Amino acid sequence: MYRAYETSFRNQSLSIKEKLFNLSFSYLLFIVILAGIGITMLYSAANGSWSPWALNQLIRFGIGFVVMLVLALTDIRIFMRYAYVFYFLTLILLIVVEVTGHIGMGAQRWINFGFFKLQPSELMKIAMVLVLARYFHTSSLQSIESIRGIIAPLLMALFPAVLIILQPDLGTALMLMFTTGAIFFVVGVQLWKFGVLILGAFVSMPIAWHFLHDYQQNRILTFLNPERDPLGSGYHIIQSKIALGSGGIFGKGFLKGTQSHLNFLPEKHTDFIFTMLSEEFGMVGAVLIVILNLLILIYSYSFALKSTSYFGKLVAIGLATNYFMYVFINMAMVLGLIPVVGIPLPLISYGGTVMLSIMASFGIIMSVHINHNVQMGKD
Amino acid sequence: MNRDNDKGKVLIRRSLIMAFGKFFLLMVIIGRLYYLQVYQADRYKTLADENRISTRLLIPPRGIIYDRNGEMIARNEQNFQALIVAEQTPNVQETLDAFKKIMPLSEAEEERIKKELKRKRSFVPIKIRDNLSWEEVSKIQLHAPDLPGIVIDEGLTRYYPYGESMAHVLGYVSSVSEKDVKDDPLLEVPGFKIGKSGIEKLFEKDLRGESGNLRLEVNAYGRIMKEIEKIDGIPGKDIELTLDARLQKKAYDLFGEESGAAVVLDVHTGEILTFVSAPSFDPNLMTKGLNNEQWQALVSNERNPLSDKAISGLYSPGSTFKMVVALAALEAGIIKPDTRSFCAGKMFLGNHAFHCWKKVGHGYINVVEALQHSCDIFFYETAQKLGIEKIAAMARRFGLGSRVGIGFDNEKAGLIPDKEWKLKRFGEPWQMGESLISGIGQGYILTTPLQLVTMMARLVNGGYEVRPTFIKVSEQERSQIKKINVSRENLELLKEGMFNVVNKPGGTAYWSQFNYNGQRMGGKTGTTQVRRITMKERQTGILKEEELPWRLRNHALFVGYAPADNPKYAVVVIVEHGGGGSSVAAPMASKILKEAVMLDPTKEAVDSRQ
Repeated sequence: MYRAYETSFRNQSLSIKEKLFNLSFSYLLFIVILAGIGITMLYSAANGSWSPWALNQLIRFGIGFVVMLVLALTDIRIFMRYAYVFYFLTLILLIVVEVTGHIGMGAQRWINFGFFKLQPSELMKIAMVLVLARYFHTSSLQSIESIRGIIAPLLMALFPAVLIILQPDLGTALMLMFTTGAIFFVVGVQLWKFGVLILGAFVSMPIAWHFLHDYQQNRILTFLNPERDPLGSGYHIIQSKIALGSGGIFGKGFLKGTQSHLNFLPEKHTDFIFTMLSEEFGMVGAVLIVILNLLILIYSYSFALKSTSYFGKLVAIGLATNYFMYVFINMAMVLGLIPVVGIPLPLISYGGTVMLSIMASFGIIMSVHINHNVQMGKD
Repeated sequence: MNRDNDKGKVLIRRSLIMAFGKFFLLMVIIGRLYYLQVYQADRYKTLADENRISTRLLIPPRGIIYDRNGEMIARNEQNFQALIVAEQTPNVQETLDAFKKIMPLSEAEEERIKKELKRKRSFVPIKIRDNLSWEEVSKIQLHAPDLPGIVIDEGLTRYYPYGESMAHVLGYVSSVSEKDVKDDPLLEVPGFKIGKSGIEKLFEKDLRGESGNLRLEVNAYGRIMKEIEKIDGIPGKDIELTLDARLQKKAYDLFGEESGAAVVLDVHTGEILTFVSAPSFDPNLMTKGLNNEQWQALVSNERNPLSDKAISGLYSPGSTFKMVVALAALEAGIIKPDTRSFCAGKMFLGNHAFHCWKKVGHGYINVVEALQHSCDIFFYETAQKLGIEKIAAMARRFGLGSRVGIGFDNEKAGLIPDKEWKLKRFGEPWQMGESLISGIGQGYILTTPLQLVTMMARLVNGGYEVRPTFIKVSEQERSQIKKINVSRENLELLKEGMFNVVNKPGGTAYWSQFNYNGQRMGGKTGTTQVRRITMKERQTGILKEEELPWRLRNHALFVGYAPADNPKYAVVVIVEHGGGGSSVAAPMASKILKEAVMLDPTKEAVDSRQ
């Protein structure tokens, strides 16, 4: 092992070569394996064909991989320096989407750049982690534990969340709020403040209910009782459970999932791809995915713990939590534990924006790892 | 710095707490996976198969019906249908237009097709036209390049080659209706047809067979992906009836425009050779389904083509009843073969005059002559002496007054009145005058043609209690037929009388006799009034039959048998409002019996003997 850089505290930038040596190849391997499984499942979802999904996904993963490496090799101080700029730019994009959406008389969540559709809400998840990390990096524990000290970050978190709810994209908004809440928790905000917030949320729930769209209300009602409408909204959950359950321990075999290939399973290439995987590879395959994700989380945490800067720790934990949110919400959703909220399984579900944002997150986490010895002041 | 260290410690402590939380949540996911994929796996496997596998019933081919000579009288024909599959054509309307150029399509049909196209998924075939002929099928195939999306499908459909002439015997098959008992899942299959009347209904269970199974894998939209398993059903049983298709056709054709019924029995077994009710309907049309016009035409026809007159038509037997009265009197010893009565053309009972059909009277006649001339006075007097109870008892022994029991549900029981019945029905005692008119088969008495031919068969077969049947009677079954306890001499006497009716000058059916290699027929005519002849009418002169509207004309009846010396066939012919028994019914019965004798399989033996 090459240990030369691990013990020395250095303020100056590392060379590319040094950085490459510090990359965690196990971490990279887990990511590649998961993406590989995803592409395999997309091949199966198309009944054994590279089109329309598997090949596209491979290309996106390739692009994402490059983005990840570029970010991994970026100096962590740059993320810190431009955190606010990045946040406000993303916020402007969210407002733009909201305004054009109104003009177009419909829900619009992305800005079309022709070759690729940018979803600002996806970008916001990263920007939020960065900006909060930057904020708490500079504030003292005293200010964190005071009410005044958390008003600014609370507003920074709520404003984009409200914009996303208005899109309306309940799932993403909730995820953003959970991630934000997790960051507030780890930096040491007292538990009673969460209690007050949760109480407030419960009290305002009946009022908020009226602001929800019909289909959002339906989703929640259907979750509470899936048999309420077996051919409508409940159909997805019922068919997903049938597919999962009928897979058994070892599954029906690659390309042999009847529920998915006979189209009983909806959205099998996006939100319900975990169901399809569990149908074809059984509990063994499903648990393997859980374990790989668990490893990614454990590694991310170890990177955070090794990082010498508060900003680095918080960024790694925040982004890992964001990743965890995706994984847990998606799995819990297809397993019928929580309502269907339309959250994909990262690295595996088909979709360009999430692939890109998740790969970017990994890149930043890696950058934390590579730059774990980089000291950062409070400026 | 100190606070900064605390800040870092808090971060690490809280992060670890959260990490445990995340770990716990992922274990929940694994627990849930275990619950669904191991604990409840069997339940969900069943549900997945229910989703995936669609079982369809295969309709077994219906049993074929043969006549006694092995002629197919109900069979299955290939039915070609033209179907359209919307997803296989770039433009449904263009395909339909191209189809219309080849073959006309009514607007109503086109409307129905478009409606179904809208309602059903694009891969579901929709019927355009069925019952296509071979020429039409080849026409469609010739134009196939212009008709994308059109497919030809073949199935089986019931076909009755003898059409109308056998409609009332065979019945027909048609789509299952609400009323039908759904005892078999086959009945739920769209397009499945079951026997609705006649033999088709009576032997439905045998003819139907057992369904096969086709297990298909279908996707969420119901599209068939592949065949998993096919289990063939059991075809329906073939049935051989006692009918003789040739005789049936001949008898039916004799009716022409007339309305009525004709039945021929084998007198020794009761086997039904001919079973005609006229007018009739086309069972093939019933099977295809009638349109409203066709249905209205059938229902509103005053000659009632839908009713099976052989078993549900009720008629006064008229003079054909005289054999029963004569036999009852002879058996009771009230008359002897040489007992003579005087017929003066009319007689009185109190103030009431009873007329013979022959105004000038028949003079002194005995029972044989009375039958030959169909003298009414002789039978009035005999009935007066005999009383209704003895007449009724004898009539019942010969099959009148109760259902014969061939298994068709529209069979009627008829009516043989007696004193008890009258008291019950009207609360009044029996009148002597009613006995008198019963003696000539009028009054309350009602019979079906099938009952009359049964009576005839029992009279000429030596008094054996045969029952009409459509199924061959074995030798063993034949030997078990009971004998009615009447004297042989009396039955011979009746036969003599009936022989004279046809073969002796002055007999009421003298002009209808035939002689085929020495084989002749015997029988009895009957003419029954549907209206009363008033006193005024008798004075001014009775209107001729032809001058009356159809509905008021007399029914013409004839019951007969052949060959006269060794009876084998019995016949009944009833022509509703046909006029006279001797002028209308007897000639038809003669032609039927002659045909029966000519077609008799044992006639070669008879021919060579002579």
